[in-house]
Amino acid sequence: MIHCTRWTATRRIATLAAAGAVVAAALVGCSSSSGDSSSSSSSASASDVDAALKKGGTITYWTWTPAAKAQVAAFEKAYPKVKVNLVNAGTNTTEYTKLQNAIKAGKGAPDVAQIEYYALPQFALGGALVDLGDYGFGSLKSNYSSGPWNNVNVQGKLVALPQDSGPMALFYNKTVFDKYGLTVPKTWDEYIADAKKLHAANPNAYITSDSGDPGFITSMIWQAGGQPFKVDGTKVTINLQDEGTKKFTSTWNQLVEGKLLSQVPGWSDDWYKALGNGDVASLITGAWMPGVLESSVAQASGQWAVAPIPTYDGSPANAENGGSAEAVLKQSKNPALAAGFLKWLNNSKESVGIFINSGGGFPSTTADQNSSAFLDQAPAYFGGQKINQVLVGGAKNVVSGWQYLPYEVYANSIFGDTVGQSYSKSTSLDAGLGAWQKQLVEYGNQQGFTVKAG
Amino acid sequence: MPTAPAKRPAATPAKPRRNAVLTVVMALFVIYAFVPLVWLIINATKTQQDLLSTFGLGFGHHFVLFQNIAETFTYKDGIFLHWLGNTLLYVVVGAGGATLLATLGGYGLAKFAFPGRRAVFGVVLGAIAVPGTALAVPTFLLFSHLGLTNTPWAVILPSLISPFGLYLIWTFAIDAVPTELLEAARVDGSSELRTFFTVSLRLLAPGIVTVLLFAIVATWNNYFLPLIMLSDPKWYPLTVGLSQWSAQATGVAAQPIYNLVITGSLITIIPIVIAFLFLQRYWQSGLAAGSVKA
Repeated sequence: MIHCTRWTATRRIATLAAAGAVVAAALVGCSSSSGDSSSSSSSASASDVDAALKKGGTITYWTWTPAAKAQVAAFEKAYPKVKVNLVNAGTNTTEYTKLQNAIKAGKGAPDVAQIEYYALPQFALGGALVDLGDYGFGSLKSNYSSGPWNNVNVQGKLVALPQDSGPMALFYNKTVFDKYGLTVPKTWDEYIADAKKLHAANPNAYITSDSGDPGFITSMIWQAGGQPFKVDGTKVTINLQDEGTKKFTSTWNQLVEGKLLSQVPGWSDDWYKALGNGDVASLITGAWMPGVLESSVAQASGQWAVAPIPTYDGSPANAENGGSAEAVLKQSKNPALAAGFLKWLNNSKESVGIFINSGGGFPSTTADQNSSAFLDQAPAYFGGQKINQVLVGGAKNVVSGWQYLPYEVYANSIFGDTVGQSYSKSTSLDAGLGAWQKQLVEYGNQQGFTVKAG
Repeated sequence: MPTAPAKRPAATPAKPRRNAVLTVVMALFVIYAFVPLVWLIINATKTQQDLLSTFGLGFGHHFVLFQNIAETFTYKDGIFLHWLGNTLLYVVVGAGGATLLATLGGYGLAKFAFPGRRAVFGVVLGAIAVPGTALAVPTFLLFSHLGLTNTPWAVILPSLISPFGLYLIWTFAIDAVPTELLEAARVDGSSELRTFFTVSLRLLAPGIVTVLLFAIVATWNNYFLPLIMLSDPKWYPLTVGLSQWSAQATGVAAQPIYNLVITGSLITIIPIVIAFLFLQRYWQSGLAAGSVKA
């Protein structure tokens, strides 16, 4: 019930229209959690899950998470009658294409699939995912931090359980910051000042790399309090010039137009190289980044540190970046068993423990975020800093009310042709965002949504 | 006999005149073609660390080509070897079958008059014009209804169709197999099948090898079709498998293994290079087929 009070409070802050859908989702969550003990229908379905796990069977699970192999092995040990076919059907968009094809064809989809938060609405509104509220999973709400939990509730339905989360933080190369006398920024203005100072002192060095990444920009608009996408059933409003978006662009444009961003494409070998040699001095990204730095930028061990994400006025505000959930597909022949596996996978201490220890990501479960073992970790890579305290702190400040488009995967695929042009020409992002919005409105209307520019 | 005061001897087909511009263009083209290959070979000898910290066309601090090869074959329970086997299966059955069908069909169309031949000609020409990529999704839906997706058949069956190969054998057979020869065989009492296997097949050999090479290259490099058709890595060919390894470098829990991707790519091109070296002389005579009337 504490969560419900918090929701009522946030509703006052958020605009009524935008909050409508999310509040509806929250109400469903609350009513099912409070009604869990009394509601007979949901407990009947919940017992289906236990019965299915006892009875056994075979299910297929699509994921690209490296931890999955150990997780599935542990699950099969705990439930010997259940066999899980673990399939890596591709990383993110490759998997979504296959999933979309299988859904269109009416067969060939797995029972359980990994889907990133931004792609969830696309599959949920297409009616491809099982409403886990039917199995009483709404009662698990209090186990997860609010950012990922909101993301798995789409239009009043619980369509997935969170695997990991990505509350944002500032990762910075302390050696570079010290060398050039940069202060760790608390506000975006300070961040821009650092960017100018660094690039002036060393023309090869940049404060960060950003050649146009839709996941990054949507998270940054989210953090600025923007709500450019409002979805209510099939009615969609897109306004990439709302107050929050403008707040973000008026800041970030200074870096884009001033050519203060490294244009090395993210995740390329050059990018890893730049993270290692100090040419890219900081990253604003999700809390899952430490594992990537430790395993893949080993040459910079001891140089990096973590700070809360800068804000516009210095008071804490945050957004989620990246992270995945697992969903049960409607095509599943044994959805109760699939749901049982999913609950174990993303809600059991054992499974989440395997996931965290594999360096696979940042947990979404509050119990694991707040365990003293997790908070007291002081990795040598980060010079002994207790980074999880910073990251978990950031998870508490995630701004509520954010929604992704019901065709966000497509939206991201045309980002480079529109907003990407602003990056490559070093001109204002607003023009690129306008072009993006125009194409998104057209595409949405072609797809049967009622889309209007807000 | 008057002799021309030739400072430069006249160019003959055997001794063509030298042309500096052409030589330079040729040299540039060779460099253009070879730099990626050289890059691939050099970088296959580096560790993941050296790849990220040393100059691209220079060697790294450690020479680990053999460790890279060993790791490529053992990573994830030796899945690479599995993919290599799949690719070979798709090439042998798919490209081999495509060549066989193209040869039979092309020969039949060239040497036997039957009603509807012009219609077949139109369909085949039309089929060449449609890129395979455009057909991938409809093919997927078709195969899904047949319950064949995520099986080797989903890759092999579409590979069996080679309109270009059919057309090439067709035009090649018109000149390469004299109709008089076939008539002579018929007069001697040879059955059509026997004539095909003992006489025509040998005459068609250069054309068949050309089609085979085309089909091998197309199947070996086939990416989009298996990407769409297959969801289980145990049926992937090398192309899709390597791209999956490459995608591992992205996002949450990223595990970049560029060294294995590069070494795997190098290993992947070796068989195709060998196939070219062995068959290239047939390739040349095949491409020129029909250009000169005997």
